[in-house]
Amino acid sequence: MIKMENVRKVYDTGKIEVEALRGIDLHIKKSDFVTVIGPSGSGKSTLMNIMGCLDKPTTGEYKLNGQNIKNMNDNELSELRNKEIGFVFQNFNLLPYASAYENVEMPLLFAGIGGKKRKEKVEYILDKVALGDRMDHKPNELSGGQKQRVAIARALVNNPNIILADEPTGNLDSKSGREIMELFVDLWKEGNTIIMITHDHRVSQCSQRIIEIIDGKIYE
Amino acid sequence: MFIKNIAQVFRELSKQKLRTLLTLFGIFWGTTAVILLLTFGTAVKANSSKTMHGMGESICVIWAGRTSISYGGFPKGRNLSFYKDDAQYLKEQVQLIDDISPQYTRQVPVKVNNKKQNFNINAVWPEFKEMRNMVPRGGSRFINPIDMEKRRRVVFIGNEVEKTMFGDEDAVGKLMYINGTPFTVVGVIIEKEQDGSYNGRDKDAIFMPTSTYLSIYGDRFVDNLVARAKDVNKTEQMKKAIVAAMAKKYRFSEEDTQALPIWDTTEADQFLNIFFNGFTIFLGIVGVMTLIVGGIGIANIMYVIVEERTSEIGVKRAIGAKKRVILMQYLVETFAIAAAGSVSGFLFSVVLIWGINQAPIEEFVGVLILNPAIAVTTIIIISIITLVAGWGPAKRASTLDPVVAINS
Repeated sequence: MIKMENVRKVYDTGKIEVEALRGIDLHIKKSDFVTVIGPSGSGKSTLMNIMGCLDKPTTGEYKLNGQNIKNMNDNELSELRNKEIGFVFQNFNLLPYASAYENVEMPLLFAGIGGKKRKEKVEYILDKVALGDRMDHKPNELSGGQKQRVAIARALVNNPNIILADEPTGNLDSKSGREIMELFVDLWKEGNTIIMITHDHRVSQCSQRIIEIIDGKIYE
Repeated sequence: MFIKNIAQVFRELSKQKLRTLLTLFGIFWGTTAVILLLTFGTAVKANSSKTMHGMGESICVIWAGRTSISYGGFPKGRNLSFYKDDAQYLKEQVQLIDDISPQYTRQVPVKVNNKKQNFNINAVWPEFKEMRNMVPRGGSRFINPIDMEKRRRVVFIGNEVEKTMFGDEDAVGKLMYINGTPFTVVGVIIEKEQDGSYNGRDKDAIFMPTSTYLSIYGDRFVDNLVARAKDVNKTEQMKKAIVAAMAKKYRFSEEDTQALPIWDTTEADQFLNIFFNGFTIFLGIVGVMTLIVGGIGIANIMYVIVEERTSEIGVKRAIGAKKRVILMQYLVETFAIAAAGSVSGFLFSVVLIWGINQAPIEEFVGVLILNPAIAVTTIIIISIITLVAGWGPAKRASTLDPVVAINS
């Protein structure tokens, strides 16, 4: 599913070059549940951005589902993000003026999926994250845990191959955090591939495989 | 997608009511300014043109003058005169002439019932009607070729003549004694505004066929000729050809500028055109400047909106929005503001124009008419300004680096 060979990422800030990733070799199979841990500044966010096709490696190969992303243009990458990857962010990143329904609907709009099918999918997925009765609520009318469940529904709605979650419990109280983790575990059990960044060791205990990044290198 | 986009746009704009309203006002005011100023310019031009063309459109009035160059054995200072068949001669000689008419003038006593007064009578050909804008009132007519042929004793009179001699009565069909000879009034000119004239205003004059006139008075000389070119743009050539033909007939130099004084109304037309086009363009530019200020306002608010929504744009890009989608969203948003502003500006202008037309200033500016050309021009100008104003912010939004944008 994910195959990285000697991936390096160098940020050129003008005066100094910062090497965020120093040769990553990584292989993640379908239906894996992987957590990536590491101190801040270790390069885990950079790794996440590259895995999510938001950024390209400076050197090295990255293949997603056998497709080399090196030669893709912006439109193709956008499509890839839309169809293959579901993002869940630490601070939810929901559109504040849109209802839960409209937030979840958005990836389907970008995918150009028609009205009736779209409605079915959105309603199905919101039911699945137990928010079927909160569809018309705006984010500010939802609790932190509920917001994150909307975000997970948004990530899942287009049936992506990979769910990329960046500290999904980081902004939640421990009870909500546990609920969200249970949801992720359920999703994994259904066969979803999940890659999660965290620095909470308790969170990483839920996963099947733990990858640690220190100074841009992987330790397993 | 598109409809969803627009719905979203309005939701987002309603979040920033005051700022959106102020921006909207800029476009609103600009639209009003462009429409009103252009309409005003056009109306003033049309009004001046109307009163100027009271005498006739693109015509030449030709008089017999006095030679200023000795030629063919004749000394200079010789007085020239037009004769009865000169109009016919010129019509045959000069192909560029569309219409021509001789004009004989004399002041004579006119009597109707017991009223007696002197009026200018003009003897002309039927062609005179079109050239000199002799528009007959409904139910009446100008003198025609049959009148000419049969030397009928008929007259076409000015509306002031009718008022003076007949009071409130309709003069058409009534008798009028000119120098003691009875004439039937066949037509009355409609009220018209006339700035330029020779031999007095048309409203105070009486017109009859030259054939009738000559059979009564037998003038030797024609007072002047009136001619019009087939093509307005060839008036200059026509004048030259007329001078050449007459120079040949009456043996004076073609170079002699005083032999045939010609009043060419197209010269004044050209000046008027240039002046008022300049005037209208100036007013238009003032309006467009106002719109540009409005456009800068739009660009400004759009930059602020993009700035505020940087992280949102990043999220949209992460979940699969293409650059094009983001670009379109912000362009649509810009156009939504501009459309709301310009539609309200347009409606306000319509109301204002209606209001101005109620005021008693018609004599100076004429009637303001919002013509389609002005509306279309305004729409085009607004669209261009909006596109220019919206492009920068929209382009910036669409080219944000998603990684940087999400974390901002």
